[in-house]
Amino acid sequence: MTLAVRDLAVRFGGVTALDGVSFDVRAGTITSLIGPNGAGKTTAFNAITGYLRPSGGRVTYDDAPLTGLRPCDVARRGIVRTFQKTSVFPALTVTDNVMIGLHLRGTSGLAAILAGARRVLEEERSLRGRAGEIIALVGLEHRRDHVASALPYGEQRLVELAVALAARPRVLLLDEPAAGMTGVEKDTVSRLIRTIRGLDITVFLVEHDMRLVMGISDVVIVLNHGRVIAEGAPAEIQTHPEVIRAYLGTGGGAAGR
Amino acid sequence: MEALLQHLVNGLVLGGTYALLGIGLTLIFGLMNVVNFAHGEFYTLGAYTAFATLALLGLPFLAAIPAAIVVGIVLGALCERVLLRPLRGESIDSVMLVMIGLWIAMQNAELLGWGGVAKSVPHPFPTKPLVVGPLGIAPLRLFVFVTAIALIVGAQLVIHRTKLGRAMRATFQDADTAALMGVRIGRIHTATFALGSGLAAAAGALLGPIFLVYPSMGDLASLKAFSVVILGGLGNVAGATFGGLLLGVVEELGAGYISSGYRDAVGFVIIILVLLLRPSGLFARTERIG
Amino acid sequence: MRARLPSTSLLVALAVVALTAPFWLTNPYWLHVLIMGGIFAVLALSLNLLLGYTGQLSLGHAAFFGIGAYASALTTLKLERSAWEGLALAALLAGLAGWAIGRLALKLRGAYFVLVTISFAGVISLVSVNWMELTNGPLGLPGIPAPELGPWSFRTKRAYYYLVLAAVALSYLVCRRLVGSRIGRAFLALRENEALAESVGIDVTRYLVLAAVISAAMAGVAGGLYAHYTRFVSPEVFLFTYTVTMVIMVVAGGKGTLAGPIVGALLFTALPEALREVTSWQWQMLTYGLILVLLVFFLPRGIVPTLSRLRKSP
Repeated sequence: MTLAVRDLAVRFGGVTALDGVSFDVRAGTITSLIGPNGAGKTTAFNAITGYLRPSGGRVTYDDAPLTGLRPCDVARRGIVRTFQKTSVFPALTVTDNVMIGLHLRGTSGLAAILAGARRVLEEERSLRGRAGEIIALVGLEHRRDHVASALPYGEQRLVELAVALAARPRVLLLDEPAAGMTGVEKDTVSRLIRTIRGLDITVFLVEHDMRLVMGISDVVIVLNHGRVIAEGAPAEIQTHPEVIRAYLGTGGGAAGR
Repeated sequence: MEALLQHLVNGLVLGGTYALLGIGLTLIFGLMNVVNFAHGEFYTLGAYTAFATLALLGLPFLAAIPAAIVVGIVLGALCERVLLRPLRGESIDSVMLVMIGLWIAMQNAELLGWGGVAKSVPHPFPTKPLVVGPLGIAPLRLFVFVTAIALIVGAQLVIHRTKLGRAMRATFQDADTAALMGVRIGRIHTATFALGSGLAAAAGALLGPIFLVYPSMGDLASLKAFSVVILGGLGNVAGATFGGLLLGVVEELGAGYISSGYRDAVGFVIIILVLLLRPSGLFARTERIG
Repeated sequence: MRARLPSTSLLVALAVVALTAPFWLTNPYWLHVLIMGGIFAVLALSLNLLLGYTGQLSLGHAAFFGIGAYASALTTLKLERSAWEGLALAALLAGLAGWAIGRLALKLRGAYFVLVTISFAGVISLVSVNWMELTNGPLGLPGIPAPELGPWSFRTKRAYYYLVLAAVALSYLVCRRLVGSRIGRAFLALRENEALAESVGIDVTRYLVLAAVISAAMAGVAGGLYAHYTRFVSPEVFLFTYTVTMVIMVVAGGKGTLAGPIVGALLFTALPEALREVTSWQWQMLTYGLILVLLVFFLPRGIVPTLSRLRKSP
């Protein structure tokens, strides 16, 4: 049950964003992908989840290939991602946002829906129940009927997380889940990520906040100029000479910040 | 063979005005992200201006085109200030609905003002065609073609050689950066819409004397302008020029060899095919302006 | 999305008014207006599925309407089958056209989707003018029979009114069931945030095609109803004016709501008729254009959402 990335390469015209990247995200871990700005972290996410067609290499999950699949088919295999910029269904309520996330758990077809079959109504009720549970998990019960775009920034990020969780991920890819959050909110997110791992979901995240990354990760992978320059436990990474050089060299601040 | 050459010549004459229409629309679409359904109405406006200057005021023929351009520019600037500027930053759909509303309102205002009967625009050219070898071309058509090309060159000069043109190109590349560099985006939008509308009006004044002038003539003009923009690629003035000439020739050949009933289908088919097969346009490597 | 439904008592009251209308509406002219309003309500509901829920503006909707009208007319005139079979074929052929458009425009959004739909309608309209053998060209097809059910004929306005009313009710039901289901939520997800929708496993292109097919089939039925009511079709059914009218109805009533298109359809069928006495067609169209502009500026959400918000916060 490993998400395996092998020799993944992405080139835009003459620019190489990823230059043969290989790593594993092992089941049950919290794995972080870090690196200076422009190192290719989000590009890697996009290539893994089908939003970007890689120029070379392959990605497999549980030995089945993901490369070449459309984003929705990648999600179907249990690989679900979030986005760097806040990404919710803005005009809809929190409950409806999560209900959309539950799409794959529904089975009602067109004919049954048009006929108004009882099965459809029952499924709808049970989905609504599940949506409530997931909203409670991220701590937004009091916002259930609020329109997503009207929520404060930190809570919108939680909605996003709830939508992703609703899609029943086996691996959850989080793109900077704590960006722009206050200290308290970051603690909430850290705790949530641990809770999510406890639900038997592998977590793979891109994050800039080193305190958060070093605090929760089992494995940290460092990317620089489209290549993996280090991989290991947080303690090893913090003292890794090449990592320190990469961060100082680009003015991105020390790795142990 | 002779018939083919004749079709080519006729197609190029039509194509010159299609290019004028297309250049105006590609600037507006590319730079302002406005799907200007009212573009053809500025074409109609130009044609009626020509009719008014020549048939009603009795001014000399050469006054008609500058008059149409001025009316187009003034009304275009007005529309931009009143309708489009307040909607900057709104979704493209809202703007599209407003332009559809403007289109219908302008067309029916013209219908009310001029009546539904088609008008013919008087012109001083002899009707006897100039004959060069096997080819014949009416002097009026030759004049239209030459003027269209001159106006296209003029538009190119504005875009490439003037300060306004430089600001327009900068805005197309990256509006935020251009604004930081001191370009006043609002003014550029007004100027772009005015310029585009002026060119459409010129096209109307040029084709008015060849065909008849009637209130719904702008519908087909809009369609053709859109096919030209899509052929040439968004914001690509050179592409619109070639696209216009190409559309003129293909239409003429289609009407000559397939069926004249389907002449106007050429534009529709081009839109569908190009958008499906090569959405960035036939002549575009990347989206650009100029 | 939990659809905002009108209260039951309001619904019952509306049903009673609609069902008894032919008995207290003694002027047959106003019954005619109601019938046309009903046909347009089906059209507006169908356009709203695409524009209001998936967020894609189709400006080729008159094509589906026209295809339905010709399909139904030709089934009765050339194949000599019943009007019911005509209506079924209208839904089928228009749905097929919707499928084609959906497949064609899969990757196209916004302005490009609009242009492809306009062009499609343009081509179909030219075919209807030029394919003389089938469509009789600009002269049109007269003498389309009214539907019959056993011994009853729907020839009278009163009977036809009930047929149209049933069609409106059915279309409303279809929309309501869809919108409240996982399929309707997938439509909304496409409108709200396509990338996010894909990330949770929604095959957005599949749902766009599905929305186009259902929408087109409904418009096709409306076309068939129109043909059997006016007993005549000509290439005018493809007029862009029809599409614009539908768009105004949906936008004015409230896109993305269930009741909005019906309110918009009734309003914008009755209003021009009421104005007909005092103004000319050109003035009406001029006003239409201005109304569309003013709506975007001053009532961008439409009548129904604005009213329901007023009701909530008195």
